[in-house]
Amino acid sequence: MHHPGTNNKVYKKINDNFEWSSENFKKISEIIKKYPSNRIQSAVIPLLDLAQRQNNGWLSKNSMEKVAETLSMSYIRVLEVATFYSMFNLEPIGKNFVQICRTTPCWLRGSDKLSKVAQEVCETNIGETSDNEIFTVVEVECLGACCNAPMVQINDDYYEDLDEESFKKILQDLKDNKSIKVGSQIGRKSSQPERKFDA
Amino acid sequence: MLKEKDKIFKNLYGFDDWKLEGAKKRGIWSNTKELIKMGSEKIVEEIKNSQLRGRGGAGFPAGLKWSFMPKDSGKDHYLVVNADESEPGTCKDREIMRNDPHLLLEGCLVAAFAMHAHTCYIYIRGEYYSESSNLQKAIDEAYANNLIGKNACGTGWDFDIYLHRGAGAYICGEETALLESLEGKKGQPRLKPPFPAGAGLYGCPTTVTNVETVAVSPTILRRGSKWFADLGSANNTGTKIFSISGHVNNPCNVEEEMGIPLKELIEKHAGGVIGGWENLLAVIPGGASVPLLPKSICDTVKMDFDSLKEVQSGLGTAAVIVMNKSTDIVEAIARLSHFYKHESCGQCTPCREGTGWMYRMMEKMVHGNVEHQDIDKILDVTKQIEGHTICALGDAAAWPIQGLFRHFRPEIEKRIQERNKRVA
Repeated sequence: MHHPGTNNKVYKKINDNFEWSSENFKKISEIIKKYPSNRIQSAVIPLLDLAQRQNNGWLSKNSMEKVAETLSMSYIRVLEVATFYSMFNLEPIGKNFVQICRTTPCWLRGSDKLSKVAQEVCETNIGETSDNEIFTVVEVECLGACCNAPMVQINDDYYEDLDEESFKKILQDLKDNKSIKVGSQIGRKSSQPERKFDA
Repeated sequence: MLKEKDKIFKNLYGFDDWKLEGAKKRGIWSNTKELIKMGSEKIVEEIKNSQLRGRGGAGFPAGLKWSFMPKDSGKDHYLVVNADESEPGTCKDREIMRNDPHLLLEGCLVAAFAMHAHTCYIYIRGEYYSESSNLQKAIDEAYANNLIGKNACGTGWDFDIYLHRGAGAYICGEETALLESLEGKKGQPRLKPPFPAGAGLYGCPTTVTNVETVAVSPTILRRGSKWFADLGSANNTGTKIFSISGHVNNPCNVEEEMGIPLKELIEKHAGGVIGGWENLLAVIPGGASVPLLPKSICDTVKMDFDSLKEVQSGLGTAAVIVMNKSTDIVEAIARLSHFYKHESCGQCTPCREGTGWMYRMMEKMVHGNVEHQDIDKILDVTKQIEGHTICALGDAAAWPIQGLFRHFRPEIEKRIQERNKRVA
């Protein structure tokens, strides 16, 4: 099962330069304040996250070197963290990073059908990026929204209570650059038991 | 059935305002100063008397855990809230954090005061993006209203809460792995001892505790330990959020009294099993790590720590995964094996190698592609992994497989026979 976040190779790209944006530079000083002044290495995960957001959803070698430099850490310690955590992508991804939960609670409610839908609509295989770079589709382990299964995470947001039809529509709308509704797709509030409630 | 007035989580589904104004209407932050004035010893005593057991899975008595913190160590003390909710089936802390974050924050203040900590880190799993933004907004509100920060709630106690997002690693829900991760390293569990209460975050006394445990503590102090202890049964007291998922008509999170019969829980709150109770095949009662139960046990079992232990399973995080007769039970467990293979941190050999081997074996078992003696072999391997690793992930990977063979061995034997017939 390929996933850009479980890849352990550093992707090489020529002429790739990474400098913090001024906005992120400000954020960094806020983040570092959370930790004792002699323990700023604690900020490595938040900073990698910032770097990844600035770098279109993945971490290049230069961006990780920048994080290392910012926190006075050696590069290998940063790389070690970036390879360990699955949310850090070590290769470029598409505009929409579609993560389909495949673990038992979602599978019981039909997540494998969602995988098929995603492959059809996004015109790519699981673990790969579509040719037009609009979608990267991956299967992931439990995302912790089991009472709203099956569910999918696209970029930062959760899409819950899906079926083949609603998922197809979401992907199609993304393809057509339309806005989509976050959260439950059957109008349910959080994980409340009654399904008919209209929020 | 739990009465409305005894519910602790009054905004579990987010119908009400989750922000400070709404929280105050629900009584949160109302007399926090008085709770703090009880003094740390009295608070710990009350939590002990309530017999609250940790809600993160292991069920360790919360008051006892809090009392392990040294009184004056001369070092900084830390409270670390474990919000790295990743156990398959579990999605309760998520609802607390996005729909009632102030309940958690007030709990943080009370718990931290009880263990002499001026600093609290909430380690939330990275995927919970909107939950973390709600929680951060709630933290900002609490600072702005002087509920936390310098002289929190006018108690004279300085208290800071920081939110720290993880980055997608199940293992960081293990307390020492979480601390490693919080220190900016790979999330690999530490050897114990030293226990976190002696040397935890940055080598200082630390207590790591689950979101739900912290969130219920102010209500226990307000309403008294006796009220909490009267709910449920001795040693399994209070209320608990159950996450019911899988083959039920209305999957949901629901707060109920400890010890509610499993059947009642599913039928009353989750709309029953799809196809009716007779269509039930098995239930995993406490999140992916605990062994499954066949229908015959589900008919009567009660949902608490001790009752489930008696039937060789566990309450875990109280995440009830229901499977009806349409389920390929072997594949369901094989998927969990895949999960553990994926999430093993790679530190201990039995787990790193064992989880991969067990997963490959389970995948073959789905199609009956093994020999009869392989069943005993895989059970033997699960025993070799169990208890031979630094943390409990090895155990957690072994138990679902043991549970499967304990109750469904004939199913796999049947598949092997069918395959043998096909091949012959």
